[in-house]
Amino acid sequence: MSARDSILGKLRSARGPVTASPVPEVRAWYGNPPIAERAQLIAQMRANLETAHAELIVATPDAWPGQLALRLASGGVKRLLMNSGTPEAAQLAIALKDIEVLSFDRPIEAWKRELFDNVDAGFTVVDGAVAETGALIIRSGPTMPRTVSLVPPIHVALVRAGSIQPRLIDAAVAGAWAQNLPTNLVTISGPSKTADIQQTTAYGAHGPRELIVVVVAEELQ
Amino acid sequence: MSAQPLHYEPASQFKARSREALQDAKLRANFRGAMEFLRGKRRAQFPDADELEHLRDLGEAIRKHALANLPELLEQLEDKLNANGVQVHWAETPDEANAIIEAIARRRQATRVIKGKSMASEEIELNDYLAARGITCVESDMGEYVVQLAHEKPSHIVMPAIHKTKGDIAELFHKEIPDTPYTEDVDALIQIGRKTLRRMFAEADIGISGVNFAIAETGTLGLVENEGNGRLSTTVPDTHIAIMGIEKVIAKLEHAIPLASLLTRSATGQAITTYFNLISGPRRPGELDGPREVHLVLMDNGRTQAYEDEEIRATLQCIRCGACMNHCPVYARLGGHAYGTVYPGPIGQILSPHLLGLEASRDLPTASTLCGACAEVCPVRIPIPQLLIRLRTEAQRNPGEHVAHRLRGQGASYSFGEQLVWQFWTGAYAHPALHRVFRWLATRLRALTPSKQMGWTRYRTPLKPAPQSLHDLIRQRR
Repeated sequence: MSARDSILGKLRSARGPVTASPVPEVRAWYGNPPIAERAQLIAQMRANLETAHAELIVATPDAWPGQLALRLASGGVKRLLMNSGTPEAAQLAIALKDIEVLSFDRPIEAWKRELFDNVDAGFTVVDGAVAETGALIIRSGPTMPRTVSLVPPIHVALVRAGSIQPRLIDAAVAGAWAQNLPTNLVTISGPSKTADIQQTTAYGAHGPRELIVVVVAEELQ
Repeated sequence: MSAQPLHYEPASQFKARSREALQDAKLRANFRGAMEFLRGKRRAQFPDADELEHLRDLGEAIRKHALANLPELLEQLEDKLNANGVQVHWAETPDEANAIIEAIARRRQATRVIKGKSMASEEIELNDYLAARGITCVESDMGEYVVQLAHEKPSHIVMPAIHKTKGDIAELFHKEIPDTPYTEDVDALIQIGRKTLRRMFAEADIGISGVNFAIAETGTLGLVENEGNGRLSTTVPDTHIAIMGIEKVIAKLEHAIPLASLLTRSATGQAITTYFNLISGPRRPGELDGPREVHLVLMDNGRTQAYEDEEIRATLQCIRCGACMNHCPVYARLGGHAYGTVYPGPIGQILSPHLLGLEASRDLPTASTLCGACAEVCPVRIPIPQLLIRLRTEAQRNPGEHVAHRLRGQGASYSFGEQLVWQFWTGAYAHPALHRVFRWLATRLRALTPSKQMGWTRYRTPLKPAPQSLHDLIRQRR
């Protein structure tokens, strides 16, 4: 008998026939999304991200490329990797001066060493965010490789203000996650960190040391 | 790194090791500080007692529902994972799990493995198994890396190197990593670890990880972590192998949300970890990174035994947050190594007997004051003290007795002499005439009681019958 059949057989004979047990209703437990103004959600995101040692910039659709370009230049970024295929990436590329733009256009195997050693920052347009925890939501795909937000020492994430949800459950419901998960869906709530040495928090463990979040909003508060 | 075989100490030497641990002032100070820190962090995450209790109800209901439907959910998980392109393997024993992983590594001609944190891989001592077969397996979680470098085992399931000070780690890095100056600066130490391991992420042939929960309806592996090593291990190498106990499956994606909240708040006092990672398959056509092969090893290793008995089944509700150990007065004084098991502390005391059998673990369930702190903080309401008592009973049960669900090692602590004493005791109290004789003898022969009474007199004055029995005293008062 295979290990599979043996394990399943033991479980079945131990339990007996399945009895209809109600599936816990998580959505009902959390209730409807709390009503919040966009400005409130952004403020909550800022508080959470700053506590987690991330930086948050709120800017208008016209001003953000210039602002971010300045921020990256002052942070010493020389080579910026982008996830292609978004209008924002094109906008930023135009605004950058003296920063080389790399696009992820080959499989990782073709340039793994370069990706690990010679890229200063990765730019992603994220799929959404969660105010309650400051989490950014990233769905992998052909134009969103998983490593852009992971390997370079600085991660720059652009959030469209309209995509901020109050809670993680709201983001999962609004995005119908259960029906259309990508190969990898990840939420990111700050720079990489660890407290494994004597409970002392240190940033830049294995992922990015810095997380810069740009929230693009029509109206600034 | 030298391939020095490492094994967990036999849990049967638990008593001797705990006496040693209690004498170690530095160890006790390290654990005391760490436990107070973690308890404070958790407390700050649950300011609203009502919210906590309601969330625990929900967490318990989700885990109970998953266990009630376990075989069906495992089949659904397998189907969905297969549809997503993930290969599923089943292992009843640690040997089978190791052999499955080795076979994948051989087929991929892999020699270098990078590992994210996985307690299931500790159960099977995977690093040693692979090292003995020429495959290098490097731990990438900072705490696990420290412990591996020191040729030790984790002393806590969430914070593996919690027994070490920054001074210990400074010395270790200085000695073990070439060209590393001695520094006690934690940021500098982490950067040393980062630099050393970064090359290994890029060069590894295989990444191995654990799983925090597997979602049946979508065929998804969920991992929570802060360092990014879990994401790197599961993203950069060409092959990803995940290993998990069969109990970690849950029915629905939305169930992962409250469970993750309970897990991270209870474990490290975080509202959410830096990364909450849902993996639903290998790289698809058109994608430019991610592993090209993803495997999941579903492991039994004693879990089906715990599942058989309805009371004991609650053991499998565990989501491995470690809050029970952080709040346990025994764990806080002994530290994790004294237990000699992969899982120390209260959860280890109720889980290890199923992984190892009661012969090897019979003393573990006795190392508790039954104060109930573990059950009070458990995010999924496992009745740990009740299960400790149950395991004590099973360890004392006559090995020949037939019971509905016999545990491996039933009667490991059974002693004929002790049973005889108890039988006499029961008989004396059931028969008044016998009791009178016993009373008369005990009060008259009290001078003959030995002054050394085994374990009792180690810390206490000897037991001696009173000159007059309670019965006699009451009779005189009438």
